[in-house]
Amino acid sequence: MTIHAKGITVALFATCINDVMFPGTPKAVVQVLERLGCRVEFPLDQTCCGQMFTNTGYFDAAVPNVRNYVKAFTGYDYVVGPSGSCVGAVRHQHPMLAEHARDAGLGRAVDEVVARTYDLSEFLVDVLGVTDVGAYFPHRVTYHPTCHSVRVAKVGDRPYRLLQAVKGIDLVDLPAADQCCGFGGTFSVKNPDVSVAMASDKARHVMETGAEYLVTGDNACLMNIGGILHRENSGVKTIHLAEILAHTEGGDR
Amino acid sequence: MSAREEILGRVRSALVDVSVSDPVADVPIDWEYGRPTAMPEVLARFVEMCEDYKATVARCDEGSLASRVAELLGSAGVRSVVLPSGVEQPWRQAIESAGITVHGDEPPLSRAELDAIDGVVTAAAVGIAETGTIVLDHAPDQGRRALTLVPDTHLVVVRSDQVVSDVPEAVARLAGAVTDGAPLTWISGPSATSDIELSRVEGVHGPRNLLVVLVG
Amino acid sequence: MTAQAQRRTPAPPPGTYLGMPKFQKNAKEQLANEQLRKNLRHATGTIRAKRAARVDEVPEWEELRLAGEAIKNRTLRHLDTYLVQLEDSLQKAGAKVHWARDAAEANRIVVGLVQAKGVDEVVKVKSMATQEIELNEALEEAGIAAWETDLAELIVQLGHDRPSHILVPAIHRNRSEVREIFLREMKQYGTPAPEDITDDPAELAGAARRHLREKFLRAKVAISGANFAIAETGTLVVVESEGNGRMCLTLPDTLISVVGIEKVLPTFADLEVFMRLLPRSSTGERMNPYTSMWTGVTPGDGPQDVHVVLVDNGRTNALADPQGRPALRCIRCSACLNICPVYERVGGHAYGSVYPGPIGAVLNPQLRGIGHEIDQSLPYASSLCGACFEVCPVRIPIPDILVHLRKEVADHKRGKPKLEPTAMAAAGWVLADHKHFELAERVAGLAARALPNTTFLGPLPWPASAWTRARDLPMPPPESFRKWWRTNRGEEQQ
Repeated sequence: MTIHAKGITVALFATCINDVMFPGTPKAVVQVLERLGCRVEFPLDQTCCGQMFTNTGYFDAAVPNVRNYVKAFTGYDYVVGPSGSCVGAVRHQHPMLAEHARDAGLGRAVDEVVARTYDLSEFLVDVLGVTDVGAYFPHRVTYHPTCHSVRVAKVGDRPYRLLQAVKGIDLVDLPAADQCCGFGGTFSVKNPDVSVAMASDKARHVMETGAEYLVTGDNACLMNIGGILHRENSGVKTIHLAEILAHTEGGDR
Repeated sequence: MSAREEILGRVRSALVDVSVSDPVADVPIDWEYGRPTAMPEVLARFVEMCEDYKATVARCDEGSLASRVAELLGSAGVRSVVLPSGVEQPWRQAIESAGITVHGDEPPLSRAELDAIDGVVTAAAVGIAETGTIVLDHAPDQGRRALTLVPDTHLVVVRSDQVVSDVPEAVARLAGAVTDGAPLTWISGPSATSDIELSRVEGVHGPRNLLVVLVG
Repeated sequence: MTAQAQRRTPAPPPGTYLGMPKFQKNAKEQLANEQLRKNLRHATGTIRAKRAARVDEVPEWEELRLAGEAIKNRTLRHLDTYLVQLEDSLQKAGAKVHWARDAAEANRIVVGLVQAKGVDEVVKVKSMATQEIELNEALEEAGIAAWETDLAELIVQLGHDRPSHILVPAIHRNRSEVREIFLREMKQYGTPAPEDITDDPAELAGAARRHLREKFLRAKVAISGANFAIAETGTLVVVESEGNGRMCLTLPDTLISVVGIEKVLPTFADLEVFMRLLPRSSTGERMNPYTSMWTGVTPGDGPQDVHVVLVDNGRTNALADPQGRPALRCIRCSACLNICPVYERVGGHAYGSVYPGPIGAVLNPQLRGIGHEIDQSLPYASSLCGACFEVCPVRIPIPDILVHLRKEVADHKRGKPKLEPTAMAAAGWVLADHKHFELAERVAGLAARALPNTTFLGPLPWPASAWTRARDLPMPPPESFRKWWRTNRGEEQQ
């Protein structure tokens, strides 16, 4: 299904980690969406999906994030975020948190806004109906399908199809792709030894591919695997899916 | 309060969130029981799966059954067998003619006596094609459970009309025997273990040789 | 604990499960065990692949899972009805039914039944429920030897060890270790292993066959568990591979089965679902070699004195929590263990319980409560990757239950001064309002501007060292996204 993109307004859900640590990613999302004819707004009320709190067991601390999300994004037809993990958390956990807060009104508002929340890959493929977004990235790249993007947000192979359509790309398969990288949010600091063991195995598989770049749809996982790749002087660079898609033949944006 | 009362009491208090008292109305199960599994040819599949489990499989017609049984026992080096009381007379004669000693189980053999016998010959209740499984319901032509457990060779005769496609049909066929209180033994190949380094070893405690004769 | 010299069976390792340190500490030790990691990686990888192949063969696999989930839900939501029906069916079939509120009571009942037979040994089929209640030690203390007959359990027992996996409990041992254990121990408890035995698995299995056969042929009492207990008919089911189950269930005159109350299924027909889900999920086979089904007493065939002990031991705790209750659907297939990247690296001993891996992490804190350090740490022994839910034949939402239990643990610890709640509260403040967030970002931006040539941070002191010990951390850039947006696009916002 293709929607004529001109005139579509999209609210950008940057995610807190991107906002602070990886601003290049939401910038790239803006670039891609505008190139495809969308109008992008960035509601400033947004903060975080709250999963850092939810997943550590602090539900009360997570609830304000649910309210902020509703406040920021109610009224938009499309909310797009470059993170399968955060989009997954919003869809899967916000309704539960509204129930925890015993706030039926919040629950209804959550249901509405959750129905309009998309991971970037879903929005491009399902709503705009495109896999070729006019990107050019002449490098050897390997893709790690992050656990929450696949199992919670259920983006399927959309990111992969978007990558395949990138001009000049040399996409190589990542061995044991379906194994977790070991980030798991607070897991990486609560169980650092196991987390590092998992991340090291993942980094090793990445290096085995001979890729110049590791790409994922989640900067948190990228930061985790990238942290090992960098410490080991592997030479492998990390990049977010949005940033590859933003890259055109005109060179660096 | 007895343990029974206390446990049931705890269970009931635990289930305060359940308000519909009829289990079937409370939780519908969207499943059709007893459905066959599609496959090109049930008997061919059954043979294929039994062989996959390293059982020896032979097919024959009714007329040559008895002699085939004796022949297979001979090839397996079996010199003595126990036959359940309900096993057909022609088999007994053929086996004896082949020079194999036949024991009955009446009065019941002791464990030590069973352990000294090479093999056992039985009929079966159901064969399952998809999994290569043979189910015994221990009717008189199959004998009590110890008979098919202790001797090292088990020759089982399965009739082609006893073979069904898959587990659901098998369970439906066996329900009557179970309601009558019969025990069941499901056999899928000789025993095996992968407990040591995941390296599969066939033949641990049950009969190490499983011979299957499919009739008809 | 009785000293080894007077014992009838090998002594288990010292200490108890609950005395173990919390998961994080255990895990660190287990990670250092290269042999264990290698064995586990090979084992779990192999079983994973087999399972996937067998599941791919079944086009209606997802329907089967949904049916399994629904049948178990129906049973659990009406557990009292089905338990009463089970008891009635069992009694009509000639079995005697006993009820045990906890492990101590279950052990008292079983020991009493065995003593009434005047025997000093029993043979056992592998049963997680009997491990959970620590039955073997209770029997030992009463002077009764409980011989494990499952090959892996035999290796664990003779090795003075603990099981590390639900399905392949001795996976942490390699063949040469097994050979040593057999050579050293078998002679003390029965037929010795041959002096010239090699470490070939077939020879080792052969030694186990010989060693156990004399016990099978003479034992008068057997103890088992059950995979399923059918309420409608009073039929118990034991699913196995080696034949030791059949030996124990049919040769002795007395059979005592210890069954968790959550094992009940409504009707015999329901087995058509579970006998397809279980073998493919656990060993990755279309069907396991032997399954025994028996209904009370069959005159002239098998045990004539049949007992069933129905055990609670914390299951009603799990039942009482609607969000934790799904964990009781578990059919002990171990598919979750084999797919878990955490379990693969640390193995079963790190979980401090008879039930390791993902299912252990959600079952133990509910069965045992969250009073102990180890049970408090188990819900965190996961990166929430979700692979376990995908392979669970009865669709237990393990990641969701883990998050739920984390909340229980956090609530339980509330009010106690600790670093984590304080840090969470601080982060909570920052993210509760975008104005706080922007303030925090300005601070981060200042830090970045103070170190203009630093793109990556190397090792940092604690608590950041948890990350930076092995990984580099990128520096926050000087300008956050929203700052950039405000500067460049600010006038576009209404």
